[in-house]
Amino acid sequence: MAHGPAKGLSRWLFTTNHKDIGTMYLWFSFAMFLLGGAFALVIRAELFKPGLQLVEPEFFNQMITMHGLVMVFGAIMPSFVGLANWMIPMMVGAPDMALPRMNNFSFWLLPFAFLTLASTLFMQGGAPNFGWTFYAPLSTTYAPPSVTFFIFAIHIMGASSIMGSVNIVATVLNMRAPGMTLMKMPMFCWTWLITAFLLIAVMPVLAGAVTMMLMDIHFGTSFFSAAGGGDPVLFQHVFWFFGHPEVYIIILPAFGVVSQIIPAFARKPLFGYSSMVYATAAIAFLSFIVWAHHMFVVGIPLAGEMYFMIATMLIAVPTGVKVFNWVATMFRGSISFETPMLFCIAFLILFTVGGFSGLMLSLAPVDFQYHDSYFVVAHFHYVMVAGALFSMSAAVYYWLPKWTGRMYSETMGKTHFWISFIGFNLTFFPQHFVGLAGMPRRIPDYNLIFADWNMVSSIGAMVYGASQVLFLFNVVRTIVAGKPTTEAKTWDGAEGLEWTVPSPAPYHTFSVPPEFK
Amino acid sequence: MGQIDKKGDKYIVAKLFVGAVGMFAFALFVMPPFYNLLCSWLDVNSPRLNAKQPYIAEEVKVDKSRLVKVQFVTINNAGMPWEFQPEVVSVDVHPGEATRAVFYARNTTDRKMTAQAVPSIVPERAVEFFHKTECFCFTQQALEAGKDIEMPVVFIVDQALPAAVHTITLSYTLFDVTATMQTAEVAKTN
Repeated sequence: MAHGPAKGLSRWLFTTNHKDIGTMYLWFSFAMFLLGGAFALVIRAELFKPGLQLVEPEFFNQMITMHGLVMVFGAIMPSFVGLANWMIPMMVGAPDMALPRMNNFSFWLLPFAFLTLASTLFMQGGAPNFGWTFYAPLSTTYAPPSVTFFIFAIHIMGASSIMGSVNIVATVLNMRAPGMTLMKMPMFCWTWLITAFLLIAVMPVLAGAVTMMLMDIHFGTSFFSAAGGGDPVLFQHVFWFFGHPEVYIIILPAFGVVSQIIPAFARKPLFGYSSMVYATAAIAFLSFIVWAHHMFVVGIPLAGEMYFMIATMLIAVPTGVKVFNWVATMFRGSISFETPMLFCIAFLILFTVGGFSGLMLSLAPVDFQYHDSYFVVAHFHYVMVAGALFSMSAAVYYWLPKWTGRMYSETMGKTHFWISFIGFNLTFFPQHFVGLAGMPRRIPDYNLIFADWNMVSSIGAMVYGASQVLFLFNVVRTIVAGKPTTEAKTWDGAEGLEWTVPSPAPYHTFSVPPEFK
Repeated sequence: MGQIDKKGDKYIVAKLFVGAVGMFAFALFVMPPFYNLLCSWLDVNSPRLNAKQPYIAEEVKVDKSRLVKVQFVTINNAGMPWEFQPEVVSVDVHPGEATRAVFYARNTTDRKMTAQAVPSIVPERAVEFFHKTECFCFTQQALEAGKDIEMPVVFIVDQALPAAVHTITLSYTLFDVTATMQTAEVAKTN
């Protein structure tokens, strides 16, 4: 059975190898990250100073919409699926994913979904302009004609996510090496197992929401139209029933990554492993019963506001358990500060900042002030960028030697980290201030009093964007000309089956299941 | 690769896909009706308010001891070009007394259009004490270009209306449903 990869393009088109597919997912998501980042820079350039300078308000709206959609569905989610593809079979000692052909299909759907989505930019009437949350009736009655392409793009990427998740669940539940019980699995496998269940539960709901939109637009139904007896508020309920679990879909794999990396560089096993597992499950459960905290101002009854407020605040408990466990893992460890660890420590601090601003937003009475302001933008970028993306950078540096058999440049890695860290905080910390002072989100022009902080924010965004080019350069340089390393275990504190195979990881690993103690 | 239980795979995968299809059906067929049900229980967005059937009035005594002011407000939904207004801004009524109010609408465009009025009532606690026995909002109005119409509403304010309520505002938002009607007709004929 031992044979290498096929030659040429067909290797990538027809591959069923989890490492090839993982690689394609990672490169695809990085390309989408750069595309979404370009949209973000258009937004920040326009907001550099008050007044309308560069783009029309219509186009600005298309940019904020495409930025959100591309980053959430194109960059963050596929990047973690790519990581799961690469690492989960190696972590559980399996030769491949459970369903390799479906794995190929779920990847190759994505480029078509995003080609469809990106093509709307060149259509008459422009790309979708209703924000990534696509509230009806903005996305139905008042939508540009390209909305139909948007709907199909969501359908396709949803199908891809569901298939990817089914694959991950089957792999984790069915293909673990003998002796590896569920409670001995690496934390990353646990968080992905739970994430996959969340995806299977809510991606169909998103598909349902866009299907109802499609019917309202083309087939004369009135799910979301008051004129026909429907209700636009229903859209918000359906959307956030998907949308709230979605934010945990994004952050849970990041929790898994951090739970792998911090023990490796603190040279101590993860503190409170079982409490980590239960906390992850608790977060996943709570994510289904808090959705209307996104809708405090829509006019829900007082009892509803109180219930959703208290249920939301409950999430701070299992999340706190996780944060304290990471800190306790580092406590009295012999820590070294290589690039992956730097990103993880920054994750820990900045994610906690984002968690606290989330707690502020969960308070129904004060949410009336924060709602739809830049404070919300600051909050979710602290958890999406400093949470999900920082942990993704950490993961790439941590496993890159295993993937390529070459060592990245530590100096360049640390430079990337510090520029990212400074650029990120410069971009998003001031947005707390302008948000609290009343600057609304999704506007191309703003009051003069917000001018200074917006300029700081725009400069920060350019800095953060530039540091990602350095990241790309470092990764490419490693692949082409990095210092070769053949050590199985790159990091002396790293634990897990993936560190028992040679570097670079051979095309086929664990054809015979390893003995796991 | 003898250790891998492919049968077990199939079982798990089948269960997961059934789950996914189930959630899709849940979003499409359970969530909207359940939402409406919940709204009627909680009296938000009251379906009674939007009910398409007239209220069947019982024989009741008119409460001459107090007067309630009923105000009429009309709103054109964004992009709706019709002229739309009440004949009088407000009337004073005795609870229990059937009152008729007339609204005027004119299609100011040069094409045939269909409109649907959606009512709303404030204060919220008056909602269940305001009954419409006849209303133009029960049906849709189709008007040829430039034509106008007088549209009646007959209502009764319930005697059980809390004493603290002195004023009720009845507002109508007029929606342009021409396009929806056309797609619905096309969908039906296909």
